[in-house]
This record gives sequence, C-alpha cells and structure tokens, in this order.
Amino acid sequence: MKGVIIGVPRETLPGERRVAATPESVRKLIARGFVVRVQRGAGALAGIDDEAYGGAGAELVDDPWPEADALLKVRPPTLDEAARLKERAVLVALLQPERNPGLTEALKARRVTALALERVPRITRAQKMDVLSSMANLAGYRAVLEAAHHFQGPFSPQVTAAGTTPPARVLVIGAGVAGLAAIAAARALGADVRAFDTRAAAREQVESLGARFIEVDLAESGEGKGGYARVMSPEFIAAEMALFRAQAREVDVVIATALVPGAKAPVLLPRDVVEQLKPGSVIVDMAAEQGGNCELCVPGEVVEHRGVKILGYTDLTSRMAATASRFFAMNVFNLLGELDDALDVDIESDVLRPALLLYRGEELPAPAPKTPAPSAAKVKTRPPPPDAKPLQQHISSPTRRAWGSTVGGFAVIAGLFLLGRFAPPDFLRHSTVFVLACFVGWQVIWSVQPSLHTPLMAVTNAISGIIVVGGLLQVGPTMNAASVLGVIAVFFATINITGGFLVTHRMLKMFRRDAAPAKGAHR
Amino acid sequence: MSGEVVIAYLAAGVLFIRSLGGLSKQETAQDGNTNGVLGMALAIVVAAISWTTRDGMIVRDAAGRLLTVAWGSSGALLGAVAAASVIGAVLARRVEMTGMPELVAVLHSFVGLAAVLVGVSSYLAPNDVHVTAPLERTVHLLEVCVGAAVGAITLTGSVVAWAKLRGTLDGKPLLLPGRHALNAVAALAIAGLAVPFIQAAGSEGLPYLLAIVGLAALLGTHLVMAIGGADMPVVVSLLNSYSGWAAAAAGFMLANDLLIVTGALVGSSGTILSIIMCRAMNRSILGVVFGGFGTGDTVPGGAREVTGEVHEMKADEVGQKLVAARSVVVVPGYGMAVSRAQGAVKELTGALRERGVDVRFAIHPVAGRLPGHMNVLLAEAGVPYDIVHEMEHINADFARTDLVLVIGANDIVNPGALDDPGSSIYGMPVLEVWKSGLTVVLKRGMAAGYAGVENPLFSLDNTRMLFGDARRSIEALVAEVRKASAE
Repeated sequence: MKGVIIGVPRETLPGERRVAATPESVRKLIARGFVVRVQRGAGALAGIDDEAYGGAGAELVDDPWPEADALLKVRPPTLDEAARLKERAVLVALLQPERNPGLTEALKARRVTALALERVPRITRAQKMDVLSSMANLAGYRAVLEAAHHFQGPFSPQVTAAGTTPPARVLVIGAGVAGLAAIAAARALGADVRAFDTRAAAREQVESLGARFIEVDLAESGEGKGGYARVMSPEFIAAEMALFRAQAREVDVVIATALVPGAKAPVLLPRDVVEQLKPGSVIVDMAAEQGGNCELCVPGEVVEHRGVKILGYTDLTSRMAATASRFFAMNVFNLLGELDDALDVDIESDVLRPALLLYRGEELPAPAPKTPAPSAAKVKTRPPPPDAKPLQQHISSPTRRAWGSTVGGFAVIAGLFLLGRFAPPDFLRHSTVFVLACFVGWQVIWSVQPSLHTPLMAVTNAISGIIVVGGLLQVGPTMNAASVLGVIAVFFATINITGGFLVTHRMLKMFRRDAAPAKGAHR
Repeated sequence: MSGEVVIAYLAAGVLFIRSLGGLSKQETAQDGNTNGVLGMALAIVVAAISWTTRDGMIVRDAAGRLLTVAWGSSGALLGAVAAASVIGAVLARRVEMTGMPELVAVLHSFVGLAAVLVGVSSYLAPNDVHVTAPLERTVHLLEVCVGAAVGAITLTGSVVAWAKLRGTLDGKPLLLPGRHALNAVAALAIAGLAVPFIQAAGSEGLPYLLAIVGLAALLGTHLVMAIGGADMPVVVSLLNSYSGWAAAAAGFMLANDLLIVTGALVGSSGTILSIIMCRAMNRSILGVVFGGFGTGDTVPGGAREVTGEVHEMKADEVGQKLVAARSVVVVPGYGMAVSRAQGAVKELTGALRERGVDVRFAIHPVAGRLPGHMNVLLAEAGVPYDIVHEMEHINADFARTDLVLVIGANDIVNPGALDDPGSSIYGMPVLEVWKSGLTVVLKRGMAAGYAGVENPLFSLDNTRMLFGDARRSIEALVAEVRKASAE
C-alpha cells in the first residue's frame, strides 16, 4: 500500500518567491512516513534547486495536484488549481477566503479539508506554527532595509572631516511582531527610533529594544484580543493624529505596521500628515495588502508624493524568500504534527479548530470562543509589600538629594529674610558667615574618603577646640567667676586641641600604601 | 577687634578648610592635619596677643612705666594650657585604636562642656560693647541660651555614649514610656525658661540659665540612652556635629567669626557623617535621633524564619581552603575590634599574599563603632590601605571570589536585608558575601547581631562557621597556612 502523499506545488502568484517546504522539512516529513512530491522548480525563486529536494528524499514531479492527499502551499490556490485537487485532500495554506471569493465553494466541491494558516490561534502552544509571526518578523526587518535603500542618507550618525550628520529618525507605528522587528533593525542600523502603540503592554518591549515609546495623553488601553490592538474611540484617534502630525515634522522614516484583525487597516497617515514629512522621507506601509495605513499608498508599488516616497510592498517576506521559506516550512511541518499519520484532523483540537476552514468540504460551526485574555506586561514583578521600607536606591537618588538641598537652601534664605527684617546688623553679619561656612563645610566634607572618616572626626574634634579662643576672651584681668569659668573652658578645649591633633597624626602615620603589590613581603 | 586680628582669623579659617579638604585623600591627609595645627596655632597666638592688649591686662602710666600686670589671670591660663596639653598628649599616645570611639566621645563632651562654661561666663561678664542696646542684649541672651543648651546636650550625650562604648552602661536602648513626650516637654521647658531669663536684669537670670543647662543635660542623657549599640556610629557622628554647633553658638554669643566658621565646618562634617551612616543602614536620621531601634518598625508578621542547618568547619580545614584559594576577601566587623584580632589578620594576610593569594578587605560603612573605624584598625595592624575597599567597590567582585572570611560581623552581611521585607534591616545595603564560592564566618557563638536579627547567611549551603575567639581562630589559620608554605 502506498503511503500518504504530500504535494508541494510551485507558487503561481506573481511576485511570490516562497515555497511551503524546504529540503529540511521534506526530510522530516519523510521521516514521519509520508511520501513527498515536489513540483519541479518549486524552490527555484527561494534559492532551492530540485536536486536539493531530491537529495532530501522527495519525488520530483511535474504536477503534484491530482494525486496528493495533502497539499502544502503558501498562497491560496487559484480556482483552476482548486478544481484539480484530489477529492477529500487536505490543503494547508494562507487561504484568506474573505479576499478570494469563490475559493471556498471550489474547495467544498472537492470536499477538501482546508487549514487556513492565518487563522492559527495566537496561543503559546501554537507559537511554533504561527506563520504570521514568523513572517511579520522578517517583514519588519525587511521594511527597514527597504526604507534605508530608498532613504538618501545614512541611518547611523556620521562624523567626517566634511561634516557630521545626526542619526536618521525612524517612527514605527504599531509595536507588534513586525513593529518590534523593525525597531530592532532600525536600532541596529544606528537610527534614532521612536515607536507608538495603543497597547500599554508594548512600552516595556519597545524600551527594551532601545527605542523611545511615544504616547498620546489619553488614558485608553488598546489591548484587544489575541495580542492585537482593537479599534479605538474617535477621541483617541484624533489625539493619535495630532501626535503623528507632530512626529511627521521630525522624522525621516515612518514604518507603519498597524493591523486590526478581520478589518481593513486603519488609515493613520492621511495626506496632510504625509505632507508634513520632509522631502526625501520614506514611508513603508506594511499594511498595504490590507488597504494600507497610509492614504496615498498603492499596494505593491512605490509612489512619490511631494518628494516623500511611499513604499506599498506586499512582498516584503518574498524578498527574503530563502529564510522566509525555511520558517514557513517549519511552521507548516509543526502544524502537521497536530494531524495524525493519516492526516485526519481532530476537530476538537484548540489549535486546529480555529484554522479549520473546511472539514471534508463542510464548514463547521464556529468554535466556542476560547481566546486568551489580553496579555499583561511580560515580566511579572512582585509588588513590594505595602509598608516595606524603600530600598536604598530610592533614598539616595541624586535628584532627590539635589531637590533636598535646593529646598533647604530656599528655607535658609527665607529664614534669613525674616531675620533681616528684625535682627540687629551684627547678628546678620555673623549669620552670613555661619551659613557660608556651613556650605563650604558641606562641599568639602563630601569628598572625604570613607576610610578617613575616623581621622576626620579626630581632626574636627581638635579644631572644635577653637572654643579655646572663646574661653580666653572671657578671662578678665581679675579672677572673678567669669574668669574662672573661662580658664576651665580653656583647660578642656586645650585637651581637645592637643589630643585631637596628636591622635590624628598618630593614625595617619599608620596608613600606608602597599609597598610591594605583587607578593606581599613583610612590612 | 582690630583689622589684623580679623585677617588672622580669616587665615586660620582658611587653614581649617584646607585641613578638612586635605583629609579627602590618603596622600594629602597628613598635610591636612598640619594645616589644622597651623591654623590653630595662628588663632591662639593672635587671640593671646589681642588678649594681653586689652584694657586692664597690662597697665602703664603716661611715661610708659609698668604699673600692674594681670598675673593672676595669665598664670591661671598658662597653667591650664600646660596641664591640658600634657593630658591631651598622653591621651593621644596611650589610646588603643580599638578605643578610638571612646576617645572621640570624650573629646566631644569637652567641647560641650567648654561651650556651657563660655556661655555662663559670657552671661556673667559680657565683655563686648555690642550688648548695650536692648535689642542687641535680647539677641545676645538668646545666643547664650542656645549655646549653653546645645553645649549641655553635647556634654551629657557624649558622656553617655562614652559609657556605652566602654561597656560601663548597657548597650541596649533605654526606652522610657512616652519618651517622645518627655523629650518634647524638656525642649518646651527650655524654651519657656528662656523667657524669664531674657527678661531678668543684670545677671539675675543666672538661676534660669543654670536650669536650662540642667534640663538640656537631662535631655542629652535621655536622647543617647534611648539609642542602641548598633547605632553608635551614627550617634558619635551626630555628637560630632553637635559639638560643632555648640562652638558656632559660642561664636555667636562672643561675636567671634572664627568660632562661627569653625563650628559650622565641624557641624556640617558631623552632619554629613551621620547622613552617610544612616544611608548605610537605610535608617532615617530622625529615627536614630529619637532612638528605639528594632522596637516596632518591623513589618507585621516579622522576619522570615531562618530554616536549615548550620555547618561547622574546623580551623585546619579552613586553612586548607585558604591555601587552595586564589582570591580571598576579608570582611571585618566589630567582633574583630573586640577580640583585637587585627594583628593576627595582618599576619594571615601576609602569609597568604606570600603564597600569591589575592587578599582584599571589604569594609561596610557602619562596621565598627565609628565611621571608618575598621580602616584605622587595619592601618594600625599594618595592612596597606590600597587592598582595603569600600562596599560599593567590592560588592560586584564577590561572585569572582573563592573564599570570604567574615570576622565578627553579622548584620552587614545579612542577605535578608536585600530579599526579606519582614526583616527589620530590610533595605540596608549589605556586603553580598554569599555570592562567593565559600563563606567562612568567624563567630564566638550563634548569637544574633546588634540588630537582633536572625542571619540566613549562616545556614546557606556555601557558608561554614568557625566558632571561637576570633583572634585565636585566625592565629590557628596563620599556623595552617605557614605549615602549608613550609611543606
């Protein structure tokens, strides 16, 4: 008995260079016991020749369609192709039935089991089958390269004898998979990157990549289902537009990646925002295929409006077909891992059910909604206990210290003003001296090394013996009570002076540098 | 005051500032001390000269013949200075470096006492013209009040601190019921007594002044009694600053700029030291001033129970580990000072470095009973200062250290300070010794530290305890290392 046959056809859509299987995935499929038939030339545009597939164990055929039990494809089949499918075959591809009218009917006619890759749920277990993420990642990277290609300046700052340039300023709209990849790529090229997203959870990710997170002054979370953004309120959109208009005056490159699932992409860059950009700026509209984030975008084309280039490429991943095919093929292989060896689909599977467009030619009732809750910030930090003492860093933050001394300074000045109003002039003169001396002491003492704190105390002990002068001045010509007290004060203050200076001297003599830093000799 | 005296005082003030500035680095510290001596000598000589030229000191007739000289006053002064110099010199020579905190406390008390005496004397004989007008007189009397009160607080506070440091008084905080209220009452009473004192004519206000001094003395005693032994570095620093403020207050009442400048310098110095110490313990300065450590500022629920077994290791085995180590860090604490182990530590350092072991010291800011106390002890023993490091500089290196010797330290190496919000020392920066390959803790027994906090470090897997007197233990380690070197 012949095994289950898996067919890999050549993509027919113009501009599509990817292929749904690579020699690597073919080898793994064969290891699972399948027979793999690859159409001749299927991988040519992705840089994979037929010998490579042959070497991996695939049969090379001219037409895989009629006999394959399962077909792996990137793009949806044409109606012709669909009609040539074997009955009850399994079809795995980015089917996008809403944009391919008639396809579902054609597949129903062949009683096909159709798995739409774009509908694989975004749950942890399904990550390795998530074609959209792996492709978006590459597309975001490529979008930056395309922008750099069309931008007539360097991304990283240049310092030359002929002059210097600042880094290119890049605005990334939407910090999903594609947006984050774009941020990382633009940062790696040396650009100054800022990013916008309606989901608060994106901030941490954006900042972790070294970009600035910009936001509107409006508290509204755009956290929607399944990690996508949701449609926002009119007020929010107005604020958003104002932000983009302001940003457009500053930035050189805009990468727009905003998608809302199942809907046309929102227009975030209308004509007037585009006109705010400097001539020579570049917009890459990654949502071009879904209608575009930019009003002036033409899908698949580069248009120029008042010196601003608007790139509407829909084939960003195809431009990196080799790597894209590798990722795509592995996603598909992983998805097939959910099917049994006869390629039958478990219609209760939470991974497959949402992607299952048709099961043996029939549409199944919509699965019970089991979408994950919006993901909060990725890293869960343990909140500090409510009445815990603050950690050291908070106490000694330099700003706090600077503020403290500023406020203290003002308080002293205010106090002096009050004094100046009422106190005698002599007292004021002394107060001035006192305050200035406090500040001098403050500046000088902070630079004392901690290891010298004990000698510092001893020296300050000694010099506070200066009160001896006070005692001396109190001693009069006759030995009355005041004079006696003065003499006693002189006595104690002198102990301080001699004791303090001598003990400091003794201590400081003991401190010595390492004579032989290598092998410590006896000293 | 004549112009020359003002300039001389200015020069002395500058020398004092340079003196403190010189202490910022080891290389210039000795110069700093010299500058201080010069400034003091200049100030005293100039004050003495201006004193002898005052009215009534040396009286001559019109022809320039000497009529009288105030021999009594001069003789008393010279005698006092001579006796005090001898006493000071003897104190400075005799003091053990482990006894530095006590000496510093005593010297603080002297400044406080002198300030009280000068204050009272200045009240009895206001010898400057600036106190004739009523407003000036009020201001002067206020200055006397402040000076005498601050001086008295410094005096008794320092004496209590000295007794606590010597062990004459128990190190435990004395917590009278309603102690904050008592302090407030005393402070208010001092302020209240100032009113009749200022209103009294002539020197009739003396009883009030003495009452103020007495109350301030009680206040100082009580404030320091309420502070526990582990907070002593902060207390000593605080008293250091009080002694400065007392001198500055004396300067105000005598209208002497040099006293004001010097007092302000010393006052800020002590304040900064107190702030540094408080930061090192994650305590607020007010919390320390008003005392009562570990008496209710712990998080409800208390510290995490310390579970796990304590592993003991004998000296011979520790010796072998030391010989096998490539990098060793020594963390000294107050226990090293108590058992006077610094000499033995130096021996051990020498023996290990001869074998090529990299030995360094890690000093926590509040180790010991005085800021920088450990540095002085190690310097006394002859440990070169460039292998003695501060906490911030060495904390990152523990992960690359083979062996850490903790000598008589507890709270400053408590990992609970970083990760246990229930611990009363939570938030205090500590030396992260547990990141090293092996930590050996030298301790007399399993007592808790001064903070009374259990230390989870002792039961970690890579911690070993070496029980016994620190000096004997280290001497045993020296013998082990020497034996290994001889083989």
